[in-house]
Amino acid sequence: MPTESTDHRQMWTNLGLDLEAHDALLEVLGHGYEAVFLSQQNRPKGMDYFNFVMSEVHGLRVKELLDEKAAGRKVFGSFCVFVPEEIVKSVDGTLVGLCTGADFATDAVEKYLPRNTCALIKSAFGFKLGKVCPYIESVDMIIGENTCDGKKKAYETLDTLVPNLYVMDLPQVKNERGRELLKAEYVRFLRKVEELSGVTVDVPRMKHGIALANAKRAALHRLSKLRAADPAPISGLDALLINQVGFYDDVERFTQSVNAVCDELDERVAAGEGVFPKGTPRILMSGCPMAVPNWKLPWIVESMGAVIVGEESCVGERGTRGLVSDEGDTLEDLIGNIVDRYFDIDCAIFTPNTDRLEHAMEMSKSYSADGVIHYCLNFCQPYQMESYSVAEALQSEGIPALRIETDYSQEDAEQLKTRVEAFVEMLR
Amino acid sequence: MRQAGLDVGSRSTELVVLENGKAVVERRVDTTYDPLSQMEQLLDGVAWDVMAATGYGRGLAAERFGATSLTEIRAYARGVHHLLPDARTVLDIGGQDTKVISLSPEGRVVQFEMNDRCAAGTGKFLEFMATGLQVPLPEFGEYALAGIPGTKINSMCTVFAESEATSLMARGTRGEDIALALHESIVRRSISMIRRVGLTEPVAFCGGVALNACIRSLLRGELEGGLLVPDRPELVGALGAALLAE
Repeated sequence: MPTESTDHRQMWTNLGLDLEAHDALLEVLGHGYEAVFLSQQNRPKGMDYFNFVMSEVHGLRVKELLDEKAAGRKVFGSFCVFVPEEIVKSVDGTLVGLCTGADFATDAVEKYLPRNTCALIKSAFGFKLGKVCPYIESVDMIIGENTCDGKKKAYETLDTLVPNLYVMDLPQVKNERGRELLKAEYVRFLRKVEELSGVTVDVPRMKHGIALANAKRAALHRLSKLRAADPAPISGLDALLINQVGFYDDVERFTQSVNAVCDELDERVAAGEGVFPKGTPRILMSGCPMAVPNWKLPWIVESMGAVIVGEESCVGERGTRGLVSDEGDTLEDLIGNIVDRYFDIDCAIFTPNTDRLEHAMEMSKSYSADGVIHYCLNFCQPYQMESYSVAEALQSEGIPALRIETDYSQEDAEQLKTRVEAFVEMLR
Repeated sequence: MRQAGLDVGSRSTELVVLENGKAVVERRVDTTYDPLSQMEQLLDGVAWDVMAATGYGRGLAAERFGATSLTEIRAYARGVHHLLPDARTVLDIGGQDTKVISLSPEGRVVQFEMNDRCAAGTGKFLEFMATGLQVPLPEFGEYALAGIPGTKINSMCTVFAESEATSLMARGTRGEDIALALHESIVRRSISMIRRVGLTEPVAFCGGVALNACIRSLLRGELEGGLLVPDRPELVGALGAALLAE
């Protein structure tokens, strides 16, 4: 990435953004970032790279995507970790996560969606309707997916607002038929991606895609393991940020940058150094994904004297767990390998979803969490329902759990602080 | 050593100062729109060595007076355990929060529940309804005790409950009966919150709303193992903070 920023206003105008609204958004984002991230102590030096990416998240990175397009390669946008990056990379495409982490243009959104829709879905619409997301305006194809009912039905509406929506069906039960469905959908997606890009995927191309996505995940796995140390070598906020940036950034550069942070953390762990003192109460976050700039709850947790040591979330380990095997001589074998990995994702749309309970307990143990905070977006029914069984499973193992339901607004910050602080006091 | 505890709540602010474990100062004022001046007024002429603050204004008190900041959950747990060592569950209904805390026999917080951003069923709700029925707040409990059971208010939302109360008034229902129904709705909500945490009796009832005789009486009717109410239930948070000041 070039190291200096330039004026991107012409680019944003060309993309059809509402410059005034977009300026306002960037200002809020900038202030938020400063308050939440730059004010932290003892940050690894490698975080400078991520600071830069965030400062240019609507600028240079978007320019890079437009350069990719100019060079004839395709850019894809998605809202879910079920969309396989391997397949996109196999045609030299780029996959980016679309903006879903802040309230925007709420009045306009409520013309299309019921008020009691989760903040994440509303946010995707708000960024589109408010014309402030350069990603959704840049991508060649938007990939929706049939996860929860809210998203499924919202894509029907989104389809009337954008010219390039493709919807992937997903299974809801983990049996052989479910697996067949996922496989059929990944084959259909591969065909679509080939058609759009004009590239015919062969075994070496798919293996290349698998290798890139695996390297990215392996770097994130390495980061996760380092957080098991006490004192924790990196704040939960910074680790979350890295996971969030993983949805936007160039895969190879990202992988390299995460590994650079990990090299530094290796040294910290060896020297017994951390970002907070040894013995700081350790929290595992579990639940709904947290997209940029949804940092409210982790910020509160770490301001209350605790450290977050893991995320049982799509923006976290649920999204990155496992690797795809590259064994196989045919495209069919390789797609089977991709299905093997993705079919294990323990998303709350699956019924039953007992793997998630086991993962929450396993993560609590391997990261030595003193307690778990279950985070749910209001109106996110699948995770709200599971919050009971997750909390119960943890408590039965003697792991304290706190269930929080909130959204992207700041109005409940004080109440949340009291609850989180009391939970942390309880763990001391 | 003089230990001061300040509980800066949404409606009222309390101060307790302990000297060698004995309360030597107990004061209460309204929080108003200017909590800092109110705290200064409370502390006027009071000597103390160490202070802990709790409640919504705890951060402000920590900043201004160098107090240790702790949550109401911890302060109430400590205060209740000191006054009523047998209590295993704490119900605290304050100005805009309801909290239920489950205590271990040693007084440690095992679990807690708190209402979220909505102040339904709290002191604020009672205050609003008392105004609607034109009864002074301190007399509202006695007034409701004169009600005859049978009227029901279903909504917990202050705004919706007021419309229900208005419809009842328009139908000629007695004010006392409406008041009783409003108190019953708070108790139903509190009991369901207690059950979510897991009811272990005896239950200690504190916070400003514990001064209300009707709520106390209705809660007693719901709980088999009895309800413990400290003499000055509104001071328990400040007392707990004072005990934890170091």
